[in-house]
Amino acid sequence: MSRPDDGTGGTEPAEAPRIPPPRPAAEDSGRWPAHWHPAPPADGAPPPRGPQEPRRPQEPHEQQEQQEPQEHQEPAAESRGRLPAPPVPPVPPPAPQLSHAVLKSLLGAWALAACPPEETAAVEAHLNHCNPCADEALRLREAVGLLHTEQSLDLDPLLRSRVLAGCLGRRPARIPVPDWAGVYDAEAARLDALLRDMGEAEWRAPVRLRWFDGRRQVGRDTTVAGVIGHLMVVDGILAASLGLPDPLGADAPGDPEARTEAYWHDGPELSPEAAAEPEAVREPWREQGHALVRTVSFAGRGARMLPVPYGGFSLPLRDSFVDRAFECWVHAGDIAEAIDYPYEPPASAHLRRMVDLYARLLPDALAQRRRAGLAGPPRRLGTAGAPGRTLHLEVEGSGHWYIPLDSPAALPSEAETVARIALDREAFYQLAAGHVPPEEAAAGQIGDPEAIRDVLFATASLSRM
Amino acid sequence: MANDAPPRWDRRMQQRLARGEAAALGELYDRFASLVHNLAHRVLEDEEAADRVTREVFGYAWENPGAYDPQQGSLRSWIATLAHRQAVHRLREAEARAAADPAGDGTAGEGAVAARGRRTAEDIEERIREASVAARADYIVTSMPAPLRAALELAYFDRRDYRQTAAELGVTEDEARRRLRLGLQLLSTARAPLPEAGPPPGYGRAL
Repeated sequence: MSRPDDGTGGTEPAEAPRIPPPRPAAEDSGRWPAHWHPAPPADGAPPPRGPQEPRRPQEPHEQQEQQEPQEHQEPAAESRGRLPAPPVPPVPPPAPQLSHAVLKSLLGAWALAACPPEETAAVEAHLNHCNPCADEALRLREAVGLLHTEQSLDLDPLLRSRVLAGCLGRRPARIPVPDWAGVYDAEAARLDALLRDMGEAEWRAPVRLRWFDGRRQVGRDTTVAGVIGHLMVVDGILAASLGLPDPLGADAPGDPEARTEAYWHDGPELSPEAAAEPEAVREPWREQGHALVRTVSFAGRGARMLPVPYGGFSLPLRDSFVDRAFECWVHAGDIAEAIDYPYEPPASAHLRRMVDLYARLLPDALAQRRRAGLAGPPRRLGTAGAPGRTLHLEVEGSGHWYIPLDSPAALPSEAETVARIALDREAFYQLAAGHVPPEEAAAGQIGDPEAIRDVLFATASLSRM
Repeated sequence: MANDAPPRWDRRMQQRLARGEAAALGELYDRFASLVHNLAHRVLEDEEAADRVTREVFGYAWENPGAYDPQQGSLRSWIATLAHRQAVHRLREAEARAAADPAGDGTAGEGAVAARGRRTAEDIEERIREASVAARADYIVTSMPAPLRAALELAYFDRRDYRQTAAELGVTEDEARRRLRLGLQLLSTARAPLPEAGPPPGYGRAL
C-alpha cells in the first residue's frame, strides 16, 4: 500500500536551499515533500516511489543509504486510485520559532508528510543544524518506506482443515473434536475469516434475512452486526444446554426468533456507538463458538444425544451443532451478498452432514405439514417399519438420500421410489435456507409431481430466521 | 484484532496444546493463520509455498508446544519467529534448487522463486534480507498497539496531517505527534541486522 509519490518538487526556492517544499493540504496530492527527485518522466512511466531521507550538507556517506528504502516499495499505488497531482511550485511560509522538544516531537509527523507547511519548514530548517534530529528523521523516513499494504490475501478457507488434518496426522489428539462439532467449527471459522477484514461501514451494511415460514416467504431487516448477534444468541441455546453462560442471561426466551428480537431490542452491542467497535459483536460470538467446541470435546460420547430445546421443538446436541453450522453458512451467505463478496459452499464432507440432517428431518416435517393440511394425504397406509413410497433426493457432491413419503415410521425403499429431486449445492442452499419460493427451486425433478412439491415445501419449511 | 491477548491466554493455550486438545489447535489456527501465511507469503511470494509453511508451522507448534517459552515473549511472537525461520529456510532451499537447475525445467516446486533461475549467493542473501525486513515490518505494523497503528493509518493511508489525525482520534495534537513518532520508531526496528542466533529482531516481547 505504498502511496503515490509524484517525485516532483525539483523547483527549489532560492532562499531556502535543501528545504523540501511544504506538504500540500492532506487531501490533495499527497506529494512527498522531497525536493531532490528529478521531475517525473514525461512518458507517464511510474515515477520513483518511496521516502527520501532528509539530507544534511557535507555528509556524502548518506548518499548510499538513500537507495535502500526504494527497494521495498510496492507498485500498489494505482490500486488505491489516487493519482499524483501536478507539481505545484512550493512557497514555504516563514518558519515559526519552535522549541527543540516540539521540533523533535514533530519528526514522526514530518516523516509521514503530515505536518502543516509552516511546521514542515520549521522542522527542515532545524534538521540542517541538529544532527541527532537529522539522524532520527532519516531513520523514520526509511521506516515510512516499510509501510506496505497488508497483503489482504484471503486464506484459502479449505486450508484450515488441511492444516489441522496434517497436524493431527503427526500427533493424534488426545481430546479430539467430535465430527459433528467440527462441522460447526469449520463454518464459524469461515464466517470469521469473512468478517476479519470488514470495515466499520460494512458492519452497518443492511441485510435482509429471509426464510419460508411454512406458507410463505417472510423477511426481517437488520445489519451485518445484527446478523452476528442473531447467530450468537441462537448458538446461546446450545451454550445454555451445555451449562455455559447464556448470552441473554438466565431468563432468556427459548425460541430462536424471540431471543433474537430480545437481543436486537436490548443489545447494547448494536447501538450506533458500538457499531464503531465491531469487535464488540464479533469477539463474543467467536469466543462462545470456541467455548462450545471445547466443551463438547470434553463432554464425551454421551453428550451427543443431549436434547437441545428450541422452543417448539428440540434436537439432539449432535444434530443441533450441524444445524447451527448450516445456519452459519446461510447467514455468512447473507452477509457476503450484502457486502458484495463471494462465499463458497462448505467442504463436501461437511455439506453431506448438513444435507443428511435435513433428509432425516424431512419425514417429520412432511407429516406436520400433512396434519396442518399443507401437504397431500398419504397415498398408502403402510405398517410402521414396512417399506413405503419413497422420494430419491440427490445433492451434488454430497450423496443420495431416500425419503419415506407416507409416514416417518415407514422404511424408505429404492424399489418404491416414485419421484426424484436433484439439486446442486447452490440450489440446496437456496431451498433449505428458504431464500426462494419452493416451487421455483432450481431442482431437477422426475416422477410424481405432488410428492416432489410436498418435499420441496417441507424442505423450505425447515428454514428459520 | 486480538493482538494484545494477555500472557494468560498464551500460557493456557500452551497447556491445552500440550494436553493434546484438538479444539485448542483450531483456536490457535484461527488466531494466527493469517499472520503465518502473510509472513510466509511476503518472504516466498508464492501462494502454495506459503500454504506449505503454514502447515509446517502449525505442525511444529502442535507437536512441540513445550518449545514455547513464555518468558521469552508472547505466543504470537513465537509463532511469527517460527514462520519467519521456516519461510527463510524454504526460500534458501528453493534458491538452491533453482541454482542447481538453471534451466528451470519444472523439477523445482516453489513456483515464483524457482522460476527466477540462477543467482549468485550474494543475490540470494540480499533477497533474503529484503524479504526478512519486509516481513518483520508487516509483523510490527500488525502487532503494534492499536492506537499507534490507527494514527499511522490515518496519516499515511488516509493522508491526514497530524492535526486532523488528532481530531479524528479524539486526542491532543501532542499525543498524535507522539503516536506517529513512536509508531515509526517501532517500525524502524525492522531494519535491525539479523543476529546469528536467537529470534530475529522485530518479534520481541515489546510488541
